[in-house]
Formats: sequence, structure tokens, C-alpha cells
Amino acid sequence: MWKWLHPYAKTEQTYFLCQRLFPWFAFLAVIALLTGCVWGLAYAPADYQQGDSARIMYVHVPTAILSMSTYAAMAIAALIGLVWQIRTADMAVAAIAPVGAVVTLLALLTGAAWGKPMWGTWWVWDARLTSELILLFMYLGVWALYHAFDDKQTGGKAAGLMAIVGVVNLPIIHYSVEWWNTLHQGASITKFAKPSIAPEMLWPLLINLFGLAMAIGALALLSLQNEILRREIKRPWVQKLGEQA
Amino acid sequence: MQGFITQMRRDMLLAFRARAEVFQPLLFFVLVISLFPLGVGPGPQTLQKVGPGIIWVAALLSALLGLDRLFRDDFNDGALEQQMLSGASLPWLVLAKICSHWLVSIVPLILISPLLALFLNLTADMYWALLLTLLLGTPVISLVGAIGVGLTVSVQKGGVLLSLLLLPLLVPLLIIATSAVDAAAIQLAYNGQLFLLAAMLLFSLALSPLASAYALRVSLN
Repeated sequence: MWKWLHPYAKTEQTYFLCQRLFPWFAFLAVIALLTGCVWGLAYAPADYQQGDSARIMYVHVPTAILSMSTYAAMAIAALIGLVWQIRTADMAVAAIAPVGAVVTLLALLTGAAWGKPMWGTWWVWDARLTSELILLFMYLGVWALYHAFDDKQTGGKAAGLMAIVGVVNLPIIHYSVEWWNTLHQGASITKFAKPSIAPEMLWPLLINLFGLAMAIGALALLSLQNEILRREIKRPWVQKLGEQA
Repeated sequence: MQGFITQMRRDMLLAFRARAEVFQPLLFFVLVISLFPLGVGPGPQTLQKVGPGIIWVAALLSALLGLDRLFRDDFNDGALEQQMLSGASLPWLVLAKICSHWLVSIVPLILISPLLALFLNLTADMYWALLLTLLLGTPVISLVGAIGVGLTVSVQKGGVLLSLLLLPLLVPLLIIATSAVDAAAIQLAYNGQLFLLAAMLLFSLALSPLASAYALRVSLN
């Protein structure tokens, strides 16, 4: 059943898979983000209470949702690395960590920009903001741990274990922080029954969500390619690539 | 199990012979706490309000300071490799090290806490809550900390990295423990918080020795 997966334990196969997949991800990301942003920022109706400043939602909400999903993706890669000892999965952990950290940082910055006109302050110690901040620290921890090792093979395994420990802890952190303090408005689009958001505002949001997911995928693929090249620089196939370039 | 007892006896003996090193986190703990009244002002009301948080943050930091010793000395002189090769079950050995670390570097902090409660003007109710949260919560620091130390033991100058890895994971501990003391300050029941802390303790007790043992195997290849 897993036969199709095993070839990708070889770095060379994974490198060329990334190369083949990258244009698709990049193309979909550009199209969706352009559509979503133009629709959301120019044509969607303004919020009746928050006015035009609510339009930052089309950037903020996708980054906030995907910062968590990216961590989940990183933890899944780490689990694959831990269970099947696949080296490329550990490389993927190291490749996803900086991308996830940037997305989390974007969520925090756009959130601050939204908070200033709405709550009258850049930052409050609210549950969601705090768990997002802790998430950022956890990404940075995984990333720093990977780069602390000279031997990247050990570093990859260590970062993978750290990512898994983090994913076990994330729900505990999330709920303890939630219990501690909450001011943030509730989620509007995760309710499956009936979203509490107008459909003409929901569509650009969903398109942007999809676009950003594709963009994160594309960046992670590029980052994984770089990671493979850095780690396998002495291999003949990398040398050959270098000669061709 | 035999390995557990032997390992624990050895670690306690080593700690007893290096007493000066053991007292450093304790001194750090007292010093950090006596800095706060100087920083936030000596008003008894203010100190009572921020006291539980200060004691818990200081306990976290001084525990992190002492955590480095958990595996590092044994790693540097090669004893750790011998222990791993000895055939005894590694999670048990790790658990023995964690227990002796808790007894040696954290129990003194708990013993000195009545004095600090006086410094920070805590009421008797608050102090009992603080003591209970410290008893249930500090083993979690040692247990979760062991994973981080196991991962960073072969890294040169891993101290700052260790705090970057561990402090985010210990946030729930801080929140729940201080909320128990806050509840005690206004005469409310804090059983719920204590149960949560106990759950975290059991959860980390079950998983941390396995994860730390794996972390050590990764670090030592």
C-alpha cells in the first residue's frame, strides 16, 4: 500500500517531485490570491459595524487559520520521520518551520493592525492572541533547535521530536489560555451548520484561504528543495545540477 | 527497576557531594524574588496581587537553570553512554534522573517558599494553595524539561535554546497554578485547578520518560 511513498525517501526523487509540483501550487496561489484580494478589498460589501477596516479580515483570517494548519502539517511530517525514519520527512520539518513562523508573524501583525481601530489598542493579552504568540515561539524553537546542530541528520530528528511534543501540548496551551482570558470575537466561518458571515463576504475569504494555503505549499516546496540541496551538496546528482545551471 | 534504584542512589550521592552547585538555583530563586519588591514598589497590596505569579515565574526560571545539570555532566564524562549501553531500560534510568533532579534542585525551592510568602505578604490561604500547586506542578517542569535537555545535551551552549524550547510548553502550568492561588485569595475553591495540575503531572509522567529516552538516543546517535 505504501509502495508509492517509498521512492520519496530518496532525496533525489523528492527534489524532482517538488520541482514538478511547484508551478501548480504557485499558479493556483497567484490566481486565487489575486481574485480573493481584489474581490475582498474592492467589491465585497463593507461591514455594517466595523466599516472598511474589517476588510483586513481577508488577509488576517487566512493567515491565522493556516498558521495552525501549517504546524499540523509540520507535525505530520515529523511523525512520518519518527515512525518510518524517513530522512526527507525530517527535512520537510526543517523546511516548513520558517514558513510557518512567517505566517504566524503575519497573523499577529495584521491582527494588531485590525485591533488598533477596533479595540483601540495594538495588543491585548487575549486568549487567541496569546496562543498565536506562543505558537510563534514554538515554530522558532523547532527552527532554532534544527540549526543548533552541526550534524543536520541529528538536528532533523531532534526538531521532529520537538514538533511532536509541541503538537501534543498545543491543545493544552490553547485551552488553558482560553480559560485564562478571552476578548477576541468568536470564529465566524468554522461553524459548519450556518456560517455567521454574509455569503458575499465568505467567498473572497474562502478563495484567499485557498490561495494562501497554496502559497504556503509553494514556499514549503521551495524551502524543502533548498534544504535538500544544502544537505546533499556532495552527491553526484546535485553536482550535475550545479554544472547544468 | 533495579536500574532505577541504583541510578537514583548514584545521582543523589553525586548531588550531595557537589552541594555548592545545588544551592545556586536556590539562591537565584530567592534573589529574583527579592528584586521584585524593589522593582514594582513595596506596597503590601501590590505584592499580594503579583506575589503568586512572581513566585511561579521565579520557580520556572530557577528550575530551568538547574535543569542543565540533568544529563550534561554525565554526557560530558561519558557516563551517559555507558548507562545507555548497560542494557537497563533507558526510560527507567531517565525517570530516576528526573526524580533525583526534582528532589535535589526543586524541593529546596518548595522548602524555602514559606519565607518568600512572607516577603510577598501572601495570606495563609494563598500560601497553602501555592504550596499545593508547587508540589503538583514542579515535577511537571522536571519531566517536560528532561525532553528538552535530552534534545540539547549535545549542543554547545544550549542554555538559551533550552528556555526557548521549554518555556512555551510550560505556559499552561503557570496559568493554572497562579489561577489556583488567585482563587484561594478570594476564598474560592481551587480543587479544579489542582485536579488539572494532577492530570498534567500524570500525563507527563507517562509520556516524558519515553520521549526523553528517545531524545537522548537522537542526541547520542
